[in-house]
Amino acid sequence: MGFNRRDFVKLSTSGLALAGAAPWITALAADAQLGPAALPQGALESSLLDTLPGKVALIKKTYRPPNFETPTAYFNEAFTPNDAFFVRYHLAGIPQVDAARWKLTVGGEAAEKSFELNLDALKREFEPIEIAAVCQCSGNRRGLSIPHVPGVEWGYGAMGNAKWKGARLKDVLARAGLKKDAVEVVYDGADGPALDKTPDFVKSLPVWKALDENALLAYEMNGEPLPHWNGYPVRLVVPGWTATYWMKHITSIQAVSKPYNGFWMEKAYRIPKGKFAIVDRFISQETEANTPITEMVTNSLITNLQDGASLPAGKAAVVRGIAWDGGFGIRTVDVSIDGGATWRPADLGADLGRFSWRQWTYAIPAPQAGSYMVMAKATNAIGASQAFDLVFNPAGYHNNVVQRLKVQVA
Amino acid sequence: MKTIVLLTLLMAASAFADESAIKLKEGAGRDLVEKDCVACHSLDYIPMNSPFLDRKGWEASVTKMIKAMGAPIAAEDVPGLVDYLVRNYGKP
Repeated sequence: MGFNRRDFVKLSTSGLALAGAAPWITALAADAQLGPAALPQGALESSLLDTLPGKVALIKKTYRPPNFETPTAYFNEAFTPNDAFFVRYHLAGIPQVDAARWKLTVGGEAAEKSFELNLDALKREFEPIEIAAVCQCSGNRRGLSIPHVPGVEWGYGAMGNAKWKGARLKDVLARAGLKKDAVEVVYDGADGPALDKTPDFVKSLPVWKALDENALLAYEMNGEPLPHWNGYPVRLVVPGWTATYWMKHITSIQAVSKPYNGFWMEKAYRIPKGKFAIVDRFISQETEANTPITEMVTNSLITNLQDGASLPAGKAAVVRGIAWDGGFGIRTVDVSIDGGATWRPADLGADLGRFSWRQWTYAIPAPQAGSYMVMAKATNAIGASQAFDLVFNPAGYHNNVVQRLKVQVA
Repeated sequence: MKTIVLLTLLMAASAFADESAIKLKEGAGRDLVEKDCVACHSLDYIPMNSPFLDRKGWEASVTKMIKAMGAPIAAEDVPGLVDYLVRNYGKP
């Protein structure tokens, strides 16, 4: 069932849309938006809250393939509920995978042998590992690009944080035995295009990253089987790197001796060289001009205030948010309430691991009446911080521009 | 594989019933868009990407669908498609 924006506001003020949710969710929903006002006008007008089977109402960007964004209010929780986790597909052929019949084929020209694994074998024959990690679409916040660029016009919600449990990719690759000339590991999922001529969504990782002890073939998310829309029964989890590498419904892993040149590696998901402070390189895929996107840039989000919010004067207030990066870990979050003139450190919440986001709070004891500009800026363990000005790139990736929220205290 | 994909599409069509509620603006060429674009994606991709693409931008999008994504769009349809997109969903 679909709601337009006005219906949503009506419903949520009466507490129906997010019944049973934590109080801060309903409080926020009262003036809920389908994304920041800076999104393309057509993107705001064509989005609405709608419900995929097994999910709560999310912000519908497109129906087919399904692209649904998580409303900001859910990011007040350390881990994003599975049924509120964002959904992103490139291609519309999405089968319901039967876990009892699911198989993973492992091999390739640069592997000593090939074999198949079923779900039981993956769970029983390999040590289970659990890691908290942010899964963020490369194009999260694309809709805030200036000028706008084509693509799914995401606001802030093409991301989530979860505990992922599964087998290490390196342990599965060890059984295949990588040859010395292995350059990349190429992998595919069960979903496919509507037309045979459309390039299937196939991705690769450099061998060094595929052998990273944190890369998992995950069969659990927050202690439950993965939701269908998030890759059931098994997806690849590449902590620190953007979600384009986190193949859903994974069915095949092949070690290869030459760089993989499929569309989704050679043409898509590329960033201009030299524009971003990136550490991880994907050298076999680099060209003169560009390189595949790799780890996430340092970023933060204010989760309990929206642009245009109002707060009561003289009453203690708290700014709440999250901060994350490409896996080095968050060192500090600084908050300004005067448009960036002065900054003070926020209090960091529990450290849930360097790939997880870190919650933070900033207390404003007794704000005086007036207009405030609230900003938050995270810095990671290697000193990389957020951009104040957009680093424009044609696909709208890596948007980590510091937010500026106007808040009225009266 | 083809059969699987077709079956999946049929399932998808019933699962995403609300897609039928998407109404593009009336105008010459809307029939072309409805014929040529829906095999692979719902039509909300068009308003979502508006109104910021100029003629060059919409031409590039249509070309990408044909060249990169293999959309079976007849060459004679292209000018009408682009005209419709520019007129109704183009940069003002």
